[in-house]
Amino acid sequence: MNRKLISTASVLATLLSFAGPMAAQAADPIKIGVLEDQSGDFALATIGKVHGIQLATKEINDAGGIAGRPIELVIYDTQSDNTRYQEFMRRVLQRDKVDVVFAGFSSASREAYRPIVNQFDGLAFYNNQYEGGVCDANMIVTGAVPEQQFSTLIPYMMEKYGKNVYTIAADYNFGQISAEWVRNIVKDNGGTMVGEEFIPLGVSQFSQTIQNIQGAKPDFVVTLLVGTAQSSYYEQAGSANLDLPMASSVNVGQGYEHKRFTPPSLKDMYATVNYVEEIDTPESKAFVEKFHAMFPDEPYINQEAENSYAAVYLYKEMVEKAGGSTALADVRATLADGNLCYDAPEGKMCIDPKSQHTSHTIYLAHVLADHSIEFPKTWDDIKPYWLGDVGCDLTKSDPSDQYTPSHLPAN
Amino acid sequence: MEFLYSLFSFFYQFGDAFAFLVLSACGLAVIFGMMGVINLAHGEFILCGAYVSTSATHMGVPLPIAIALGSLAAGIAGMIVEVVVIRPLYKRPLDTIVATWGISMIVTQGTLIVLGTTMAGSGTPFGSFSVGDYSYSIYRIVLMVMALVTLAALWLMFTKTRFGILARATIQVPHVAEALGVNTNLIYSLTFGLGAALAGLAGGLYAPTMTLVPTMGAAFMVEAFVTVVVGGADIFLGTAPAAVVLGFIKASLTSWQGQLAGQIGMLIAVIIVIRILPRGISGKILKERA
Repeated sequence: MNRKLISTASVLATLLSFAGPMAAQAADPIKIGVLEDQSGDFALATIGKVHGIQLATKEINDAGGIAGRPIELVIYDTQSDNTRYQEFMRRVLQRDKVDVVFAGFSSASREAYRPIVNQFDGLAFYNNQYEGGVCDANMIVTGAVPEQQFSTLIPYMMEKYGKNVYTIAADYNFGQISAEWVRNIVKDNGGTMVGEEFIPLGVSQFSQTIQNIQGAKPDFVVTLLVGTAQSSYYEQAGSANLDLPMASSVNVGQGYEHKRFTPPSLKDMYATVNYVEEIDTPESKAFVEKFHAMFPDEPYINQEAENSYAAVYLYKEMVEKAGGSTALADVRATLADGNLCYDAPEGKMCIDPKSQHTSHTIYLAHVLADHSIEFPKTWDDIKPYWLGDVGCDLTKSDPSDQYTPSHLPAN
Repeated sequence: MEFLYSLFSFFYQFGDAFAFLVLSACGLAVIFGMMGVINLAHGEFILCGAYVSTSATHMGVPLPIAIALGSLAAGIAGMIVEVVVIRPLYKRPLDTIVATWGISMIVTQGTLIVLGTTMAGSGTPFGSFSVGDYSYSIYRIVLMVMALVTLAALWLMFTKTRFGILARATIQVPHVAEALGVNTNLIYSLTFGLGAALAGLAGGLYAPTMTLVPTMGAAFMVEAFVTVVVGGADIFLGTAPAAVVLGFIKASLTSWQGQLAGQIGMLIAVIIVIRILPRGISGKILKERA
């Protein structure tokens, strides 16, 4: 009996091993690795990104998949911890053999995993706004960058409120480089930096910082605060009656502080976002409805959730244009003519072949006293031009470097 | 006049730093300083206090009662943890690290799964006042007063009440206390619960001024541990003077060079103190007195 069973099993196994490759050809899924922080300090802003990816995946799979192949998601929780990114990046590329990875919230985490993507010559989408400058053929960035967020925001604020600017920023690569951008733009527009303070991640008490700001008498404050601990700033500044207009590239559009704090602590916060759920267009409303149908308890749909959602569609477009191939060279070749676009909930997004960053519609979100949002200004189709201007051209060479205004390509 | 404004500003900032250090450290001073349990779940008792008091405020309970409820909830949670997990580990202090760290992770992640990524805040009450060019939050004055009230209440409790004397006796010489008919198990539970309730009080008091997220306890941990380590085993001779010293250093450096300098300065001060006073400030004072 036993022997019979074994022999039957071995016959079956042999048959299956022949049938395997043939069956696989038709329905072999396209694997997307998803490394996002679903716990820890950043979870609040990033769980929506995973949901955005899941929503797009469901829609695409229901409509027949990418080039006839279904999408399979391989999701790991990176716990707001840079070493987890490195571990899981190795795991998805080596063991799970995914075709593409969607990864990263903080810039520190992106810089932690990027060398590993380079090492295995993989493809990673970074679906997050950031300080800009990554010139790396293995990376595609769908988030907004400083030339899209600050070149619009800072001149607007200086014109409206005055030329004395105070920056408080999270003390790591994102905050430092973003603050450098703000400094340069303020100087170019004839303004003065009356103060600048970098706050270590995890700091939650801002009493003294608030007083330093009051002492410097700025016309407005640029807040580049990251993580849930630092967002306590708004409540404390509000209760000390600081009452200064604020400008930000990360707040509201990422951490939905206007929903979490009691009005009017975020009154007169201005943020340049490429998406927030309050945007009042038919496309945006339809997106919010679909999102809530699948995730009824979603507290807020931020710009990174929309970037992540759009990224799945952009990748679909790339693979289908490449004739179903997921090889890095083939999918990158589809970017060459600059016409790799997707009509996202925010408006049209196109990937720039030189920098592999994405063009955006930028909305100026203004938080009112009751914490509702108005959009006094919209900029259509802002290109991620800075990297191309300073000499990054990924169609010619791949330096795999990150440039900043004070670290430019050597040519 | 300008000088007086600056002086007031400095005292306000010093008081603010002092209050944060005292309130975050008091509970840990009881559990770690007195009882010797290295409690890495301290932040989660704070979380418990913050969440319970804020939920109560949302249900319409007045803030002072809501804060008391938060403290009570954390105290009860602390007593349960003591009975279930800590009791077998009193002779194994290093194992308490692992056990309480585990509790911390379970509570943080459990809160995230059950209650979601964030809870809406209740808003800071009382508004603000101005002195010279600067405006200040009134609620932070309340926090400073509460820090002093908490220290005074603890002093009265440990020196003037029967429970306080039994607690000190039990922790110093448990066998003799037991031989004299003290129910030491009960005393251990109550003392641990007291420490947790103090942590909950800190959570309830700071909840209106902070982001309410499952990881919020972590924001208190560094300050709490360094204050207790610098202070040593005694709350009044240790925690209070340690908070004065560290608060002074932190406030002056932060006003001079910003938050980063404040953090660095405070941690360097800790290194120096434990290098020259291995048993903390109170260890030094008690040794000289003996």
